[in-house]
Amino acid sequence: MDFELSPEEEAFRDEVRRFLDENLPPVEERKPEFEGEWQRKVRDKRWVGFSWPSDVGGGGGSIMEQVILKEEMSDRRAPSLGTCFMGLAWVGPSIIHYGNETQKQRFIPEILDGKYQWCTGYSEPGSGSDLASLQCKAVREGDEYVVNGQKIWTSLAPWAEWIILLVRTSSDGPAKHDGITCLLVPMKSPGVDVRPIKNMAGSAVFAEVFFDNVRVPAENRLGEEGQGWQVTVSALASERSSISEVQGLVRRYAELKELAQTTQKNGRPASAHGPLRARLVRVETRIEAMRLNGLRFLTKQLKGEKLGSETSINKLHRANLEIEMGEIALEICGNAASVASGEATPGGGKWQHFSLSWPEVVIGGGTPNIQRNIIAERILGLPKD
Amino acid sequence: MNFGFSEEQEILRGEVRKFLDEHAPLEEVRRQAEATDGFSRELWSRMSALGWVGLTIPEAYGGAEMGLVTSVVLLEEAGRGLFPSPLVSQTLAAQAIMRAGSDEQKQRFLPGLADGSRIATVALLEESDRFDPEGIALLAAPDGDGEVLRGRKCCVSDASAADLFVVVYRSSAGVGPDGISLAVIEKGGAGVSVDAHPSVDLTKRVSTLTLDGVRVDEGIRLGAAGSAWPTVSYIFDVGATLVTAEAVGSAEGGLAMTTAFAKERTQFGSPIGRFQGVKHPLAEMYVDVESFKSLAYYAAWALDQSADDAAIAVSRAKAYASEVLPGMGLQGVELHGGIGYTWEYDIQLYLKRARWVRPMFGDADHHYQRVAALGGL
Ligand SMILES: Cc1cc2nc3c(=O)[nH]c(=O)nc-3n(C[C@H](O)[C@H](O)[C@H](O)COP(=O)(O)OP(=O)(O)OC[C@H]3O[C@@H](n4cnc5c(N)ncnc54)[C@H](O)[C@@H]3O)c2cc1C
Repeated sequence: MDFELSPEEEAFRDEVRRFLDENLPPVEERKPEFEGEWQRKVRDKRWVGFSWPSDVGGGGGSIMEQVILKEEMSDRRAPSLGTCFMGLAWVGPSIIHYGNETQKQRFIPEILDGKYQWCTGYSEPGSGSDLASLQCKAVREGDEYVVNGQKIWTSLAPWAEWIILLVRTSSDGPAKHDGITCLLVPMKSPGVDVRPIKNMAGSAVFAEVFFDNVRVPAENRLGEEGQGWQVTVSALASERSSISEVQGLVRRYAELKELAQTTQKNGRPASAHGPLRARLVRVETRIEAMRLNGLRFLTKQLKGEKLGSETSINKLHRANLEIEMGEIALEICGNAASVASGEATPGGGKWQHFSLSWPEVVIGGGTPNIQRNIIAERILGLPKD
Repeated sequence: MNFGFSEEQEILRGEVRKFLDEHAPLEEVRRQAEATDGFSRELWSRMSALGWVGLTIPEAYGGAEMGLVTSVVLLEEAGRGLFPSPLVSQTLAAQAIMRAGSDEQKQRFLPGLADGSRIATVALLEESDRFDPEGIALLAAPDGDGEVLRGRKCCVSDASAADLFVVVYRSSAGVGPDGISLAVIEKGGAGVSVDAHPSVDLTKRVSTLTLDGVRVDEGIRLGAAGSAWPTVSYIFDVGATLVTAEAVGSAEGGLAMTTAFAKERTQFGSPIGRFQGVKHPLAEMYVDVESFKSLAYYAAWALDQSADDAAIAVSRAKAYASEVLPGMGLQGVELHGGIGYTWEYDIQLYLKRARWVRPMFGDADHHYQRVAALGGL
């Protein structure tokens, strides 16, 4: 066991720190034009798509360097590296892995430059956890696919220029995964209709997307016909060791701890109340367990092994922690928790918002029950239900 | 960056597992646990010869001079099949002597502990059942150039087998860390007696140690009178870490047993492991074991390195383990149905082990409070 960085890794960390010293003002001093300048600079350094191969324009960075980069960025509350969120997270990796040369040259630079947003059209009204049952249909006509059907919960759809879409091209195969194909579709295509859905926090970030005889050139197919499941599962499985998620939780816990120490309850700081204190410290311990689990996963990756279903461990922790931290915060706020925003509530309403946002993590990335199934079936080897 | 074990440590793991699979399957463990001292002397000698008993003792005194991280590997494997032995007690006693003993005392005591020819344990607890200075009330009376002890130490592990006791007491009255002392007391000396109690977990023997006019002089006191709290506190931390490491193994053992049963037992026309009411608790157990495992590994590393966060790391590990272990033990029995309630079937042994671990070196409440205090909450 050893938690030291190698001399090369330390040199890289120092380089990142120097860059941050020179280019990142404290949060309060960041001007509106800062974000654009920042994105240009980090793009020039090839820190956007840092782990992607350099021949497609990525940084060619190692796993360990990527962890260092993210840690330093997170510590200093730097803006994101790149702006094309889903493009960087899984569309790009899918294209790098399954795309042909033309597709790589067409899409990858624009994802890195953050030219536009991608959205993800997997879920349907009848197909959520059981994604492979999806019904949105595509029929080949000459050089085109004609798409008919509906997607739902499509995050960013109201703004996105492109969608990575899973469609059914056949129902004949022995398994329902077999007839699924992946298409890359411009959102401006005739016949695409986006209807935003307001979530319980009050914002409309996701949407229903309808496809009515939408014509998609066959050259926009990613991978082979019928290979769509593999193409997307491989992207979802480009799993990381959850280290950046942990950093988010660490920061959130620090804020929660401050709230607990500065909010009075019955004449004492909330943090001095036994039951609240016990819940807080349980949260703290689980975040640390997640961090260390992540380091064990990272060690596995550094030894050249692929991560498998064990990443569901931290997904389950994270789901519990997102919910629990929100609930603790509301309990600390007391009756002021019923004020949505403004001076009359601690934090000006951020805890109310936070405590209404957990479904993004808890439901959005595969529900806890599905994570439990994954662990039980793929790790413990119990029979499928 | 490597949060994993070295090749050498992985080899040790393989060897220990093979040795215990061969010599200590559960039916054999039951037999060994029923022996007079609650473990097999024969296996103890063989493990001593392999260097496993004196793993953390310096080479100069006949040990293998490994860190606690290496003991974690050994204990995890010992825990898996509930192997009964005084390994934890021996390690703690040796650690206390290594930390606080003079060269002469190390020379006198450690070689026998390294080669397993003598067995040692630590006598820490009293009726107060506390893991802090306030819990230690046994007060020595001055006696010329030495001291005399009259009182009892409770819940002493492996006492009936032990030849040596590292005893914590007070050289001067008070409640704080000042005045706490440690001495190595030999069994068979005047005034030393052990009352072995029937234990719930047959693989973990507990006794009361009575000291009735036992004389302590410089020869057997570890360090100056009243100066031992840092060592005692360290022993509490090492104890909590080793017990948690052993519990990683036992929790995995219990989980493996219940998982195997769930694949085999059929009801309603299907293996019960297909039902989510069965498979989801098993998945949750897996999440918990993997998590307190990570915490325990880090705690051992932090203690080996004397890292700044060693104390909080230990408390996080033990708090998490103590919180979840009894529930895992209960679920294990419940998921077996009626067979799980029988004396014959082994899953109940894992519930008893979990309950033994829970309070050992501090329960979840104790350690969470410590995490809160150390974490500035
Ligand atoms: C904020 C947010 C953003 C999202 N963004 C996107 C996006 O950009 N693109 C996209 O394609 N999708 C997106 N989703 C959809 C998300 O992937 C699905 O909501 C999720 O997979 C669950 O599907 P469902 O909503 O149909 O629920 P269902 O699958 O119907 O599940 C309902 C409940 O039943 C449980 N359940 C289902 N099957 C089982 C089973 N076998 N065993 C036990 N319990 C079961 C679930 O755990 C859940 O609690 C988003 C969702 C949210 C909340």
